[in-house]
Amino acid sequence: MSVQEALPFPEPEGAPVLPPVATAPVLELRGVTVRYGQVPALDRVSLRLLPGTVTCLLGENGAGKSTVVQVMSGVRRHDEGELLVDGTAVRFRRPRQARSRGIATIWQDLAVIPLMTVWRNFWLGDEPTRGVWPFRRIDLEAARDGAARGLARVGLPGLNVNQPAAALQPGQRHSLAVARAIHFGARVLVVDEPAAPLTVAQHALVLRTVVAARDAGIAVLFVTSMPGYAHLVGDRFLLLAGGRVAADLTREDVDVEGLTQLMSGGDALATLTAELRRGR
Amino acid sequence: MVTAAQRPVFGAPERRAPSRGRRLLTRPSTPALAGVVVALVVFGVQAPQLLGAGGWASVLDAAALIGIGAVAVTVLLVAGQFDVSIGVLAVASSVTAGLLVSEAGWGLWPALAVSLVAALAVGAVNGLLVVITGLPSFLVTLATFLVLQGGTLVVAQSVAGTSLVDGVEGAPGWASADAVFGSVLVLGDGRFRVSIVWWAAAVLLAGWLLRRTRFGNAVYALGGSRRAARELGVPTAWTTVALYLLTATAAWLLGTLALVRQGGVPVAPGFGAEIEYLVVAVIGGCLLGGGYGSAVGAAAGALLYGAVRTGIGVAGWPPQSFQVVLGVLLVVALLANGVARRRLIAVPRS
Repeated sequence: MSVQEALPFPEPEGAPVLPPVATAPVLELRGVTVRYGQVPALDRVSLRLLPGTVTCLLGENGAGKSTVVQVMSGVRRHDEGELLVDGTAVRFRRPRQARSRGIATIWQDLAVIPLMTVWRNFWLGDEPTRGVWPFRRIDLEAARDGAARGLARVGLPGLNVNQPAAALQPGQRHSLAVARAIHFGARVLVVDEPAAPLTVAQHALVLRTVVAARDAGIAVLFVTSMPGYAHLVGDRFLLLAGGRVAADLTREDVDVEGLTQLMSGGDALATLTAELRRGR
Repeated sequence: MVTAAQRPVFGAPERRAPSRGRRLLTRPSTPALAGVVVALVVFGVQAPQLLGAGGWASVLDAAALIGIGAVAVTVLLVAGQFDVSIGVLAVASSVTAGLLVSEAGWGLWPALAVSLVAALAVGAVNGLLVVITGLPSFLVTLATFLVLQGGTLVVAQSVAGTSLVDGVEGAPGWASADAVFGSVLVLGDGRFRVSIVWWAAAVLLAGWLLRRTRFGNAVYALGGSRRAARELGVPTAWTTVALYLLTATAAWLLGTLALVRQGGVPVAPGFGAEIEYLVVAVIGGCLLGGGYGSAVGAAAGALLYGAVRTGIGVAGWPPQSFQVVLGVLLVVALLANGVARRRLIAVPRS
């Protein structure tokens, strides 16, 4: 099977047509456009996340990967198109809304604040409180216990939650981010892999998180720039280039070499498509 | 396939928890508290009266006024912000209240209410400008500083025609206002002013806000990593504006305490108070980069300031040496904070 044949070109006009799927998607983007001023960071991007499936979002730096993550997790609002959770269109105003809909994110920087304690990091943005305003305060015991329980669930039982997050080792910090992500009952897990070079052990950690979440029936979006690692765990591969979906492939369509080749040629492909459209 | 039993156990086995003493060393307030003890010993040996009731009253009096400003600056610094206009805002709000009383014939309480609202308005402008422009808060509040400094002088000159607002004493409501902001408790030969109580209240409130509320968590997160805070949905904009409202309230309190204490106020807004607040906040363990500091540390820093200032006076050192000592303390504090921070972060990264 040649890679070239399997390569679906971007839809030339109108709304993109997605292949039919067996189960209903938990989360779906339909023709989502996001602009920074006049410049579109995302141009009519469509994707579906299915339970128990790993969808890999690939692309170079600046392809729009992080914008997709931001839209899904409620940090940024989309300008056009639809964001559907369980088939219902939603518009997240803040990250907490996305979290309460079961969309959990492991950020590139892990969103861990080094000088704050582990339990404060765990709850940040959604602390358990008691009392009524203006005497509303953080429920310290519930917060400490909850954080300890959440960390025990990801394989860190007995971790001192009162130490600053800076004292954690990199692996533990990753676990903290995972524990926080799944604490609110994740059905969708967005894993944004760091752009900075990782050690093999760190990569393994990220990949194991992805696989464990998939086995738990969670819909996973794995955002990475490394086709080799993506192919190890991915069921679907979505290639972004210049804010557009340049390719949407399944595991059957493409092998690791094909994916790598596509990645390097993805940008050129988008440019070519744009040229062709303009000429029409 | 990875089953639950094979689920990775992340990280290394738990290391021994840090000892109590080691944790104490990493508190932001520890170096300043040590400094207070050293200062009291050094000056107490030269001038034993410093440790009497009179000495303590002066130490606490000097500490209280600087301490209220320093605790406000500390909360700002923890969030990675700074407000240059706090000292001038204090003068401006007391001039506003003073002019309303002496020129418009208002009662003292309504005048104080109006000056509080005005101060909060300035704070809101500061906060909104910082949020909207995204510029360093130092620059934004420098603009406010200039506007307030000039504006206060112009208004006072054109309305009252003087550079000294007085005649506040004896205005309607003076007796009650004096009780709240100016009363004095005499113990032995010490005159303990009510500003000490206000200082303590400010420290307790700031400490409670920082350690026990979601707002405090947001403040630490803002200073620790703005990006992470935004990703986790911490309300960064609202927190920033609230911070400047708090600073403005502290400035109003400082202005009101000065106004009632002197029964008037010289219209001399100038640069300087902010720098002392900043110095005291850093002596109290704040990191200039944000994300680290405590209300207790600010209190300890202010106490050290009061002890040194009074001690130099009582021990008969030349008054100018105070600045020398303060500068040395600042350098020591910067070094100590660096050590504390490294100790906090230093971990074997195998």
